[in-house]
Amino acid sequence: MAKVSMKINGQVVTGEVEGRTLLVQFLREGQGLTGTHVGCDTSQCGACVVHVDGQAVKSCTLLALEAEGADVRTIEGMAAPDGTLSPLQQAFQDHHGLQCGFCTPGMVMSAAALLAENPRPTETEVRHYLEGNICRCTGYHNIVKAVLAASGQDVSRFGGIAAE
Amino acid sequence: MPKDGIGASSKRREDVRFLTGRGRYTDDINLRGQAHVHFLRSDIAHGRIRSIDTAAAAAMPGVLRIFTAADLAGVGGIPCGWQVTDRFGKPMQEPKHPVLAEGKVRHVGDPIAAVVAETAEQARDAAEAIVVDIEDLPAVLDMRAALAEGAPKVHDDLTGNLCYDWGFVEENREAVNAAFATAHHVTTLDLVNNRLVANPMEPRVAVGDYDFATDHHTLYTTSQNPHVIRLLMGAFVLGIPEHRLRVVAPDVGGGFGSKIYHYAEEAFVTFAAKALRRPVKWTASRSEAFISDAQGRDHVGRIELALDAEGNFLALRTETYANMGAYLSTFAPSIPTWLHGTLMAGNYRTPLIYVNVKAVFTNTVPVDAYRGAGRPEATFQLERVIDKAAREIGMDPVELRRRNFVTEFPYQTPVAVVYDTGDYNATLDRLLQIADREGFEARRLDSAHHGRLRGFGIAHYIEACGIAPSNLVGQLGARAGLYESATVRVNATGSISVFTGSHSHGQGHETTFAQVVADMIGIPAAQVDIVHGDTSNTPMGMGTYGSRSLAVGGSALVKATTKIVNKAKKIAAHLLEAAEADIELKDGKFAVAGTDRSVDWGAVCLAAYVPHNYPLESLEPGLEETAFYDPSNFTYPAGAYACEVEVDPETGKVTICRFVAADDFGNVVNPMIVEGQVHGGLAQGIGQALLENCVYDGNGQLLSGSFMDYAMPRADDLPFYEVDHSCATPCTHNPLGVKGCGEAGAIGSPPAVVNAVVDALQRAGYAHVTHIDMPLTPARVWAAMHAN
Repeated sequence: MAKVSMKINGQVVTGEVEGRTLLVQFLREGQGLTGTHVGCDTSQCGACVVHVDGQAVKSCTLLALEAEGADVRTIEGMAAPDGTLSPLQQAFQDHHGLQCGFCTPGMVMSAAALLAENPRPTETEVRHYLEGNICRCTGYHNIVKAVLAASGQDVSRFGGIAAE
Repeated sequence: MPKDGIGASSKRREDVRFLTGRGRYTDDINLRGQAHVHFLRSDIAHGRIRSIDTAAAAAMPGVLRIFTAADLAGVGGIPCGWQVTDRFGKPMQEPKHPVLAEGKVRHVGDPIAAVVAETAEQARDAAEAIVVDIEDLPAVLDMRAALAEGAPKVHDDLTGNLCYDWGFVEENREAVNAAFATAHHVTTLDLVNNRLVANPMEPRVAVGDYDFATDHHTLYTTSQNPHVIRLLMGAFVLGIPEHRLRVVAPDVGGGFGSKIYHYAEEAFVTFAAKALRRPVKWTASRSEAFISDAQGRDHVGRIELALDAEGNFLALRTETYANMGAYLSTFAPSIPTWLHGTLMAGNYRTPLIYVNVKAVFTNTVPVDAYRGAGRPEATFQLERVIDKAAREIGMDPVELRRRNFVTEFPYQTPVAVVYDTGDYNATLDRLLQIADREGFEARRLDSAHHGRLRGFGIAHYIEACGIAPSNLVGQLGARAGLYESATVRVNATGSISVFTGSHSHGQGHETTFAQVVADMIGIPAAQVDIVHGDTSNTPMGMGTYGSRSLAVGGSALVKATTKIVNKAKKIAAHLLEAAEADIELKDGKFAVAGTDRSVDWGAVCLAAYVPHNYPLESLEPGLEETAFYDPSNFTYPAGAYACEVEVDPETGKVTICRFVAADDFGNVVNPMIVEGQVHGGLAQGIGQALLENCVYDGNGQLLSGSFMDYAMPRADDLPFYEVDHSCATPCTHNPLGVKGCGEAGAIGSPPAVVNAVVDALQRAGYAHVTHIDMPLTPARVWAAMHAN
């Protein structure tokens, strides 16, 4: 077992991990941050995406020890402390960009990283960027729409019904 | 209409917890003192177990106990919930499905041993130290080969590998053959409905817990129907009476059918928790899901359509081989039969139909319902053969469909079911309008100018949802009822807690069910909460599958709420000193008709629980009602889909340019959620048509066992869809007039895509391409183009 220390959602945490412990295991089992999900074992599905030092990372591909000293942000750190959703999270709700919710944390974290890099992406850019996040429920229509809406673009021409 | 009642696109109340990481999925549950189990699974498809040596593994760090079949004395097999009777009147062959392999392994992934250890890693490490000596047996994969004389037997104690040979309607067999013998034209098509893996994003998880002080068992599991699991596991596998067994399915990350069934892992953790006096947890890896979740489709067969000189359908005949896999999953036998044969009339007046289905055991993972379940297979057969027939007789495929549409309702099909309502010309008109078929030729020329082959395909579908009534399905072999339940508990100050036997795993019941109750009473939906997923606080219900939640569960909800309103009117009449018959409920107020005297909802609820001024001599205090609803018929959602594709002739790659859906779901409670359901179904149907394929090699090894190998549709594979549900003919036999919308997209889209690709190739001069089997990968399309 080795000691590891990192900042998660603004708080410094330390823990004991095995060498083989993945960052996602450390978050879920060590820190009780169960919002980050595991949907596969080949780093394909993206349900485990978190931000490490501002970069979107699949937390199943990183050992916890590799995140030593890093600044980690998870889905639990995306809303305001009073629970107010971020504009991106709010767009997902307004445009019905989630159904079962399992891929949602990774999808939101990836989309947030996209918008940080590219504040006004095209539809094609959104689809390409989210290629590493699999959703089985929504058919992606409303996810892509939510991300475009969160970037401040008019999405009415893409059809689909937004929440009242 | 209140803003958040029936018909409103209310925001989903589920979303905030999912968007902030506060969902509670089964893997998020960790109990004090919990141990972990890892299943050692067969890595060969067929073999005889000579010995299992667990000694070295048992000595590994953290190992608590290792179980094999020998340690499960008294544990029953996993039951099958549907018995099909074959065309000779005999029951299907039904093999035992042990929790852990007994004597033989029958598919890659068949569990051989279970290692329980302090941590999941220790259990996994120890499983690698178990030595299993297995005599390899030849695996049987191909269904026709499995039925050949002398084929290896999946189950030694059965007669061959045939589960059943089903004929429907058997009495029509000779009349159908006679119609074919004299028909003006016969179109024949051999096709494959590719095997799929449901792949909800949340892998299966089960946590067993046992309280020795009270002899109570609890199972937390990723299920679409916790009551069904409690019944099957308690009564048939472990012998635990219901009052001592609680099954909880908390937030569930998608199901698509694969989480309907009772699985061996659920029974094992429940059993082991008592054996070890510790909670036992199992979390599937995705790799494990690929070899242990029931898979879908996998039909191979032929369809023939007989037509007269004017293009009227005279008769339809099919012969289908349906793969059951190595064991019978919970509802497997019903899928290629009662959920498939009964839909072979489609939207058309075909007077004579004969369906033959041979269900076959093979050394593969069991096959059961996957989104659509039997109906996509029927629709694919029918809509492909109609397109082929239109081409052969030189008629526009749209016109051929119109000529044969059912136009009068109710309509008795020759395959048992009665369509209550529909308007297929209306959905087709709407579809062609949105899809701008008139403008297709200009778009085709533009594509051709860019070196692309453009095609336009349509498909119709009809499905039977809300499978029922119970007494009928009982006659058809179901070993369960198919009603749904609801308890409406009005609290003293007027808020409402609803307990439903349905289960939501993405469908949004917490929002839509609240909309229904709030609308009926005229109060804000925020006053209503929906509770589901726990057998300890919800009435016995059959859960969520087959697009049944609103049509059946919603109807139970309406029944229970109607009882509430009727009782509340009695209370209001007393408070207002008026006759009950004069009381009207509007916008949350009970008023005396024709007067301005009224009492509001909250005051009536308070009177029910603080009955100081209350007709105690004639009315019980309290305001809580339960209802069970057993439908009198299926519902029949129907619609028309159009797909426009471009094929790159250099590579065979297919790109979907447009996909339009015009659905008739009857009435709609939340249009936003309905559209989302269609989007998701379309993605799965397009995935089947273009990308997804579950492939075993000749030895029964699963070649498509991960997301690296099984092509899940991704954001850049799919377009924005154009979805319309304005052509609504409300269901005539349920109180909401709803039909169900969960599976339509997955049913109607595969033939629309394939029809479009064949159309593109035909228009480009590839006259020999009349069919390509799914998935239409670039390699397959290119090979078909160059086949002569």
